[in-house]
Amino acid sequence: MVDTAKVDEILRRHNSKRENIIAILLDCQEHYDYLPREVLEEVSSNIGVSVTSVLSIATFFRTFSLKPIGRFPIRVCNGTACNIKGSNQLVEALERDLNIKKGQTTPNLQFGLDTVNCVGCCGLAPVITVGEDVHGKAKISSTRKIIKRYRAMEKKHAESVH
Amino acid sequence: MPRVSIEDLKKIRGNGKPGVSSKKFRAKVLVCAGTGCISGNSYKTAKALETEIEKQGLAQQVQVVKTGCQGFCAEGPIVIVQPDGIFYRGVGPKHAPKMIEEHLLNGKPVEKLMYTLPGQEHPIPLLKEIPFFAKQKLVVLRNRGAIDPEKIDDYIAADGYKALEKALTLMTPEQILSEIKKSGLRGRGGGGFPAGIKWESCRRAAQHRHVDPVLVCNADEGDPGAFMDRSIIESDPHAVLEGMIIGARAIGCKEGFVYIRHEYPVARERLSKAIEQARDYGLLGKNILDSGVDFDIEVVRGAGAFVCGESTALMASLEGNLGEPRAKYIHTVEYGYKNRPTNLNNVETWANVPVIINNGSKWFASMGTGEVTENPWEGSSGTKVFSLVGKVHNTGLIEVPMGITLREIVFNIGGGIPDGHQFKAVQTGGPSGGCLPESLLDMPVDFDSLTEAGSMMGSGGMIVMDDQTCMVEVARYFISFLTEESCGKCVPCREGLTSSLEILDRITQGKGSEEDLELLEEIAEVMRDCCFCALGTSASNPVLSTIRYFKKEYEAHIKDHQCPAGVCRELIEYDIDPEKCDGCHACVPACSVHAITGEVKELHTLDKTECIKCGACIEVCKRQAILKCPRSFAA
Amino acid sequence: MKTIKLKIDGIETEAEDRTTILSIAQRLGIKIPNLCHHPLLEPYGVCRICTVEVKSGTRTRMVTACNYPATNGIEVLTNSPRVRRNRKMIVEWMMAQCGHVKILKDMAAEYDISKPRFGRGTDDCILCGLCVRVCSDVVGANVLGFFNRGATREVSTAFGETSEKCIACGACAWICPTTHLKMENEKLERFRTLPGSERLCRYSLMGVTKGALCANSFQCWKCEVEQRFHDQLQTHPIFLGRSRKIKEIDAYVSQLNEMRG
Repeated sequence: MVDTAKVDEILRRHNSKRENIIAILLDCQEHYDYLPREVLEEVSSNIGVSVTSVLSIATFFRTFSLKPIGRFPIRVCNGTACNIKGSNQLVEALERDLNIKKGQTTPNLQFGLDTVNCVGCCGLAPVITVGEDVHGKAKISSTRKIIKRYRAMEKKHAESVH
Repeated sequence: MPRVSIEDLKKIRGNGKPGVSSKKFRAKVLVCAGTGCISGNSYKTAKALETEIEKQGLAQQVQVVKTGCQGFCAEGPIVIVQPDGIFYRGVGPKHAPKMIEEHLLNGKPVEKLMYTLPGQEHPIPLLKEIPFFAKQKLVVLRNRGAIDPEKIDDYIAADGYKALEKALTLMTPEQILSEIKKSGLRGRGGGGFPAGIKWESCRRAAQHRHVDPVLVCNADEGDPGAFMDRSIIESDPHAVLEGMIIGARAIGCKEGFVYIRHEYPVARERLSKAIEQARDYGLLGKNILDSGVDFDIEVVRGAGAFVCGESTALMASLEGNLGEPRAKYIHTVEYGYKNRPTNLNNVETWANVPVIINNGSKWFASMGTGEVTENPWEGSSGTKVFSLVGKVHNTGLIEVPMGITLREIVFNIGGGIPDGHQFKAVQTGGPSGGCLPESLLDMPVDFDSLTEAGSMMGSGGMIVMDDQTCMVEVARYFISFLTEESCGKCVPCREGLTSSLEILDRITQGKGSEEDLELLEEIAEVMRDCCFCALGTSASNPVLSTIRYFKKEYEAHIKDHQCPAGVCRELIEYDIDPEKCDGCHACVPACSVHAITGEVKELHTLDKTECIKCGACIEVCKRQAILKCPRSFAA
Repeated sequence: MKTIKLKIDGIETEAEDRTTILSIAQRLGIKIPNLCHHPLLEPYGVCRICTVEVKSGTRTRMVTACNYPATNGIEVLTNSPRVRRNRKMIVEWMMAQCGHVKILKDMAAEYDISKPRFGRGTDDCILCGLCVRVCSDVVGANVLGFFNRGATREVSTAFGETSEKCIACGACAWICPTTHLKMENEKLERFRTLPGSERLCRYSLMGVTKGALCANSFQCWKCEVEQRFHDQLQTHPIFLGRSRKIKEIDAYVSQLNEMRG
């Protein structure tokens, strides 16, 4: 069961206006890590738009996900410069490292893997992003290091909290 | 912060141009804080520099300024010291003590951190003498690397909002329209439509229909390989805002939007901050500078849809609908956002406006090609910002006068092809553009020349390709990209892309036939005739241009089952060169399928049946001993 | 409104400015094929099969007849070699997904497609959007929609489930040009389990009659009322809303209810 209290706060922030639906869903996804069904239904009943329309929008725009994207969503940029500098091979390397396929999330929901169609850091191609962090001039041999760094970061954070 | 008057603006300007001279500080240390350099820890570097400056007692004399993108991404993170004009590259937090002590305290610039041309011995200390920068002409990027984009006063001191003053107090809307028309400014987002004519049509439609018009800035920048708009907004967001306010005055808009892609968080933040600051100063909102003009701007986020860069799809998305394009038989300047007259322009187009108003249409029209004063379609005036990326030494963001040749861009500014490889092609115009071969290197870069050659200007992505790039795979990549991005509404785009991808997949796997090329061309023609929007009608350009200029490569794939560039995996195999391998053993742990065996210091062997051609071994081999060879097919 | 002069397939004619080429052609008895068009819905322009050649001055454009507003002096060609070549490939593309759908097979025959170059798929939804548009624009239920994008685009209900908002008017099945959409008897159970006073005839739910109760256990395909509607109205009742003819049927249904108690 998903707690939809935050949804109402987000809706208020955007005045529950129909034209702000993309912004509403973006903020919801940031909070919940994805767009659960309950959230879509809550948004629908609140802004007076059918669930069909809300779900249409949620499945049309690629930033949205109906499944968890992971606490550290890893995105390999597939822009032209990144592609000709080997972005496909980076995706494969990460698939091996994380033991998941592109489009999936690790069972513990720590990492998600997917491509993204251009983050605009082409001067540093090939680029991998983890959340909003940018890793330019990425190499096959450094993908494991990147994963290790975030695992350590989360461990450290968990330890400091307790 | 209270509203400013024109007098207040003059006072702020009186404090001297930031970034170069300053009445307060004797030197400025400008740290690049564009997204690229941020990923290289430039925020930490800036902090470390500030700490050192404090330590050395220089806090009253030397200021650290975090600026937007300096442009030379390949050499980042970048620091520039003014007024000396010294350029430092690859600067990290650990270099801060040395830089402050040696350069700022003792007046001795640090050679170790300077830029050196490949193959040369001595570095080039001065920015203006570095070839990457020397041939550029900064109009849109006039403030890059010189101001703090998060400080509105920096922008004002650099002649910011001066054009707005002129436009609001000394010019009528008609005079502004006339200046923009005479400048020949053509849309920088890719369409190349004369901005002045668009503005005028929108104003007329609004007056005719008695409906308030809307202003839109398209910051969706979906073209893969392009980051001009991101850099402009990160370096100088007020330039865009000022252009929009002037446009609002000329067209009669009270309401404006910036539609910015979700993938640009830093740009979005800087833009929002700039809008807040402009509002505080009364430069956005009601009765701007006491002129009676009301105008405000809302920032709206995209959510990952390349198709929303198309103006009707963008407007649909602004309304809270799916980003599906609408029929172009109805012009958006008459019926656009919520059926109101809507004027949409790209970020770079808007950023040109203040400079045209300040320096005059004649000055702008004198740059570039053609004679545009009477007819803006007759040439390409002004400059263009390009993202020069790919297989070239100096990757980064450049601004050059229209009409410069491709050769000058790739070899003079770009520094040519690295690692001893050969130039093969340069791709412009994104998925709607084409690939231009070596034989066209001396062509001028302008709207019409590029279109004639089978490509287009597009938003400014310029991707350099070398002998290790497979042109068939490039065509397949663009079709695959569009297959993911197509809205899927119309049959020819959705199914045309699917059928083209299926054919190109087969060709790259060595299963193509001669008829495939004819079929690809027929598909292209039908798509051009029948697709709903420009995504579909121009989708075949990369395919057609590569068939036009690189047919031999297609034939190698089809007839000989070979990929000359060594890219298409079904057609190559890896092998170890016995002359080069020294048994360093680096490849063995890198291989995830244990395909390589060998003793240390002895020639290693690669099992081709196990090898998955993932590239991990090639990346770590220091002797370049692992080769991509044509695959030997069993008889 | 302004009257304009234009030529279609060599025939000179007049029309009101900005009338669509398709409606002008239909008036002249010229057949332009179309798969996503319905006279009672706004033109959608997505199948692109109605694309025709339009010459205006020296410029030739390819435009969709269903939504292109005719202007003075244009010359339209609805069946030129270029137009036919485009249509042929569009049919082949659609057959790559829906290779056994009757309307496509009929068109394939007309355009000499014996072996579709992109294969024959087994789907039967041509993504024309007629069902989605009737459900949102006419019925107002917004139950059917498009999901995903590009080649994965599909028509469905939210989460593939029957929605409470569906009034089982059947307009979607009626307007579907292939056999993809059908009304399912089992799904009508939810109406049969309603308490007596709420068992409104679905024509009431459509706003076509007032408050009449179902006299036939929601076996609409057997219902006399249903038959009467189709005979008298010649179209699906959802398009007509309230009108004089409907009041007669209203009375008739009430009578039926009284008779059956």
